[in-house]
Amino acid sequence: MLKYAIKRILLMIPTLLAVAVLVFLVLRVVPGDIVELKLTAEGGEVSLEQIEAEKTRLGLNDPLHIQFIKYMSGLPRGDLGISLWTEEPVSEEIFARIGLSFELALLSTFLAVIIAFPLGTLSALFRGTFIDYVIRIITIGGIAVPSFWLGMLLIMLVLSFGKLPPLGTVSLFVDPLTNFNQMIWPAISVGYRYTSVVSRMLRSSILEVLSEDYIRTARAKGLYEKIVIVKHGMRNALLPTITVIGLEFAFLLGGLVVTESVFNLNGIGKLFVDSVVRNDLNLLQGLVLTVATSFVVINLIIDLFYAALDPRIRYQS
Amino acid sequence: MSEVPLNIQKRRTVLDFIIQQPLGFIGLIMIIIMFTAAIFAPHVAPFNPEDVDFEASPALGGGQPSWEHLLGADAFGRDILSRLIYGARTALSIGFLSAMLGCTVGAIIGTTSAFYGGKVDLLIQRFIDLMLSFPIVVLAIVVIAIFPKTVVVGIDINVIIAIAIPFTPKVARVIRAQALTIVTLPYIDAAKASGYSASRIIFRHILPNVSAPFLIMLTAFIGQAILLEASLSYLGLGVVEPTPSWGLMLSGVNSDYYRTAAWMIIYPGLAVSIAVFSFNLLGDSLRDWLDPKLKL
Repeated sequence: MLKYAIKRILLMIPTLLAVAVLVFLVLRVVPGDIVELKLTAEGGEVSLEQIEAEKTRLGLNDPLHIQFIKYMSGLPRGDLGISLWTEEPVSEEIFARIGLSFELALLSTFLAVIIAFPLGTLSALFRGTFIDYVIRIITIGGIAVPSFWLGMLLIMLVLSFGKLPPLGTVSLFVDPLTNFNQMIWPAISVGYRYTSVVSRMLRSSILEVLSEDYIRTARAKGLYEKIVIVKHGMRNALLPTITVIGLEFAFLLGGLVVTESVFNLNGIGKLFVDSVVRNDLNLLQGLVLTVATSFVVINLIIDLFYAALDPRIRYQS
Repeated sequence: MSEVPLNIQKRRTVLDFIIQQPLGFIGLIMIIIMFTAAIFAPHVAPFNPEDVDFEASPALGGGQPSWEHLLGADAFGRDILSRLIYGARTALSIGFLSAMLGCTVGAIIGTTSAFYGGKVDLLIQRFIDLMLSFPIVVLAIVVIAIFPKTVVVGIDINVIIAIAIPFTPKVARVIRAQALTIVTLPYIDAAKASGYSASRIIFRHILPNVSAPFLIMLTAFIGQAILLEASLSYLGLGVVEPTPSWGLMLSGVNSDYYRTAAWMIIYPGLAVSIAVFSFNLLGDSLRDWLDPKLKL
């Protein structure tokens, strides 16, 4: 097991390196110019000399290979350069906001898991009945409804019953109740899709497992149906479901990008949109790297979890 | 000797599909209605979508859904129903074109990868894994940042490319898995022995045999593309005014309107949801119908 884990961790390094190089190369062809945008935002006429001087100051006029070496050598130290807009270190910009997004991600994962498990299981066990149809329509809906629109509907709902929680975000550790009040609505609007995906996966894997020979054997030897389903069915259906939960968690940022805009939350999703609008390449680069790294790490965790649960995987590799 | 039943598959007709997949049929009907409305938009829509009428603006207390404006009017007093109908043009054209582009490129990459095998296959697979480690929205936004805004005959080419690129690796992976079983079949050896070129074998002998998963994915991705277009436009990174777009109709909705003009928010989102829902229903049913074991 330890050998397998070490091997998997070492395999991460080339993947991340490839992502880093790719991101650098791809973003150097971006046409927009942040310097002009920034200087005109400060007001007044901007001369060509001023733009050039600012570019040199920010290191944008360095030859590409120098920029590349600077960038790559900073990575092992966690140095992602400075944001071209605020001129704060990119890592600090991201670090300041990632907590909020992470909390939101955890909350919606929690919601998704506690709702999806009963839904998926019921849908599978009552396959083809009214219950199954209702659950399936609800879950297909979850994949169709745009999360930002669901967020807007929730805001409308809250407004018609009472008051919206104060703008901005209160730390979980300072005022847990206000924090919960602020986070629960965005969590639901991202979580609906998440719930649907997990529940559909669970349904199809339970159905697949229940048609296996060993389930028939278990029933034939007279086990209680409850034991057949829980001990023999659910356990095996859980593996693919866990993968989906993990992958969706890694991909949650995609949903957060839009939802954070609706609820005006200052997480990394919003930072991401801002960095594109402002052509802040360094920040965009740092964010893309963060997303890729979290995906790779979560994948590693899933794989290790799998290997721990299922000995076949450990022996194969 | 007992008689061995001949395993000849009965040719399945459209009628069989309607009977066996009622949900998919409903989806298909809704899609046909939307396409018809989009094509004949000038005849169907009661107003010109760009006609401004400030007297009907919710900012001045007007614009409620009425016989004149069935679904109400927006902040500029433009008729929402007409904007939704014209918005269907944007949604369906961008949805179809980007899904088609993504699926076609993905299918070609997938079959090429399977056909050559070995190092080529390995390299392409690594690259696909890399692309798959980004959420679709993130990848689309990065592409938006890279490609300059290009509009050809009223269609945003850069938005189409931004939506197509994240689909490509997903399609390539599924199609490759299917093509891997095909390349081992004797008729491919026969084609090679006949001296056909690689591109002829890929395009004429392998690609036609992966058309079932292709069709299923195309349907599913049109829905996803419509959703993605709405999200991008909502964020201000997709289609821009005055093009009517469902996502755009929701963007910049002033918080005042949450209380006073709910119709401005409810209907555009409903349009996106119904469109995506229809394509998902059809896609799900097509999978059950053509290839139940396909994992997307």
